[in-house]
Amino acid sequence: MHELLGQLFQVGFFAALIRIATPLIFATLGELFAERAGILNLGIEGIMMLAAMTGFSTAYFSGSLWLGVAAAMATGVLAGLLMGFLTVSLGLSQHVSGIGVTLLCSGLSFYFYRLIFGQPSSIPKITAFKPLPIPGLSAIPVIGPVLFDHFSLVYLAFALVPLAAWILRATPWGLNLRTVGENPHAAFTAGVSVIRVRYQALMLSGALMGIAGAFLSMAQYNAYTFGVISGRGWVCIALVVFGQWNPWKSAAGALLFAFIDALQLRLQASSFNLPYQVFLMMPFVLTIVGMALVSRNAKAPAALLTPFRKEER
Amino acid sequence: MIGLRIESREQTPLWLNVTLPLMAVAATLILCSGLILLAGANVFTAYEKLFLSALSTRFNLVETAVKATPLIFTGLAVAVAFKARFWNIGAEGQLLAGAMAAAFVGARESLPAWSLCPGMILAGIAAGALWAMIPAVLKTRFKVDDVVTSLLLNFIIFYGMMALLDGPWKDPLSGYPDSPDIRMDAEFPILLRATRLHLGVLLAAIASFGTWLLMRRTTVGFAIQAVGENPVAARYAGFSVNGVILATAAVSGALAGLAGVGEVAGLHFQVMAGLSPGYGYTGIVIAMLARLNPLGVVPAAFFFAVIITGAEAMSRATGVPVFLADVIQGTALIAMLVALLFTRYRIRIRRFSHA
Repeated sequence: MHELLGQLFQVGFFAALIRIATPLIFATLGELFAERAGILNLGIEGIMMLAAMTGFSTAYFSGSLWLGVAAAMATGVLAGLLMGFLTVSLGLSQHVSGIGVTLLCSGLSFYFYRLIFGQPSSIPKITAFKPLPIPGLSAIPVIGPVLFDHFSLVYLAFALVPLAAWILRATPWGLNLRTVGENPHAAFTAGVSVIRVRYQALMLSGALMGIAGAFLSMAQYNAYTFGVISGRGWVCIALVVFGQWNPWKSAAGALLFAFIDALQLRLQASSFNLPYQVFLMMPFVLTIVGMALVSRNAKAPAALLTPFRKEER
Repeated sequence: MIGLRIESREQTPLWLNVTLPLMAVAATLILCSGLILLAGANVFTAYEKLFLSALSTRFNLVETAVKATPLIFTGLAVAVAFKARFWNIGAEGQLLAGAMAAAFVGARESLPAWSLCPGMILAGIAAGALWAMIPAVLKTRFKVDDVVTSLLLNFIIFYGMMALLDGPWKDPLSGYPDSPDIRMDAEFPILLRATRLHLGVLLAAIASFGTWLLMRRTTVGFAIQAVGENPVAARYAGFSVNGVILATAAVSGALAGLAGVGEVAGLHFQVMAGLSPGYGYTGIVIAMLARLNPLGVVPAAFFFAVIITGAEAMSRATGVPVFLADVIQGTALIAMLVALLFTRYRIRIRRFSHA
């Protein structure tokens, strides 16, 4: 047993944990911004899927990974605008709109991937992002390889957590966003355009989900597959609830999920005589358990799921 | 001068129930024709293949009805759940639960032959209902969001099923990750000779009518609608809101479970990875297009069965990717949601006089 633990918790394990957490942090923060503005963005799974495809394809043809990331973000922004049109402008059900956006975006990602690449005998691949060791820091034993020898997007994700917390807490836009999510009529009375702030939140939300998708197809893997997201978007919605709509706690939730995911990957490779799918199942089961533990006391933004109409009070 | 004014409606005229889905479908096809053009194909040829190949011969028509069967069940499952605003996105997983239960019962050598078909149906109903109870209990007891849990449970049961199929449940004869075949006596009878039209197709039609009766003529149905429309008022009217949500989940899950039973007992005779190519998710689109009316689910399911079957033929003939079917589903859901605005508002054309 001791030997097994030693095998599990090596430097490589923790480095993998950080890498697995990265797309979850991007997408969770994206979902968090939307929800703090009062919109449940169930388009997340599809947006990540479509962005993973557009990002990958752009990188494949342009040879520029960063152009790919930009394309993925643009994809997310467009999907965010669509979500905004449905739920903000038209005031339609956020649940059904989000599922519609997910179905549409995942359909589009399959369709365009097949249109662009056909059915080749070998999967098209790109040269994925290379780790960018931080000079000096990456040489520290243990901590260096775990924290400071990663893709540049990994550092960006971790830098975004305090940034998101600061934006929400201290900037005027963050204050407007929170008011719009808690009490849109008060925000309106104070002269804030509820519609505009919600659109902005959804565009930001989509952009972050886009980076998350791009990370999966361009850094974590070097190809796009139909199973590239496989439920990670839905997990991020759970992480926002688990993190009580707080960027720090949600990111901590993402790390916890990544820990379990990294653990199951190691266990799959270990000598346990169990089908590997049992381990694949584990993070999802624990996500539900985690949600059950916190949801009773969770305090969602008060105006979440309610469309805003000026004339109705 | 002519101006457009949007005003809210008091009542929804009856003709809208039929025209709205048609409008939504028309809008969807117009929007998706852009994708066909991008693929360099002729829009009319592509749509002709998409729609007519599934209806062209008697054989294809029967195949389309067989394809529509699981979609009717999942469409009904979603329609019942959404009526109560219980957001069951888990029909996919409940279908698998029903399929596994059916495949397990259908392969029992110890059971008398006569009991196999009814046993599979009952087991499938129970398994689907139980799996749907998980998000319902989590929602009512722990206030956990039903959308997320019912979605995550789809992944859990899929991986669980694959673990079984890769492990103790693997068919020793084939060596593939498939379950052993059910017994011959357990197979649903074929209703039309030399076709695959099985008992499940009839069961789906009966289920549609039964669900309609349940929703329109019974207290349970009334309670489901009352909770969906206004939980507070429903509570004052004496309904236990949590109890109604649990009952809704059970009915919804049972219907989705039957989709799995039909696929196992009537079509595949075993459980395998590709058992459901997303029937549970298509059920959401179908239920919305049917405006959550159980009778409307049948034509809506048939429509998507045509598209799913026709997409292969269209792809072979024109080179348009088969995934156009998926895009159509997503677009149709969004278009229908937008079209539903016309039930609440109307556009009035007014003439202004220059007085």
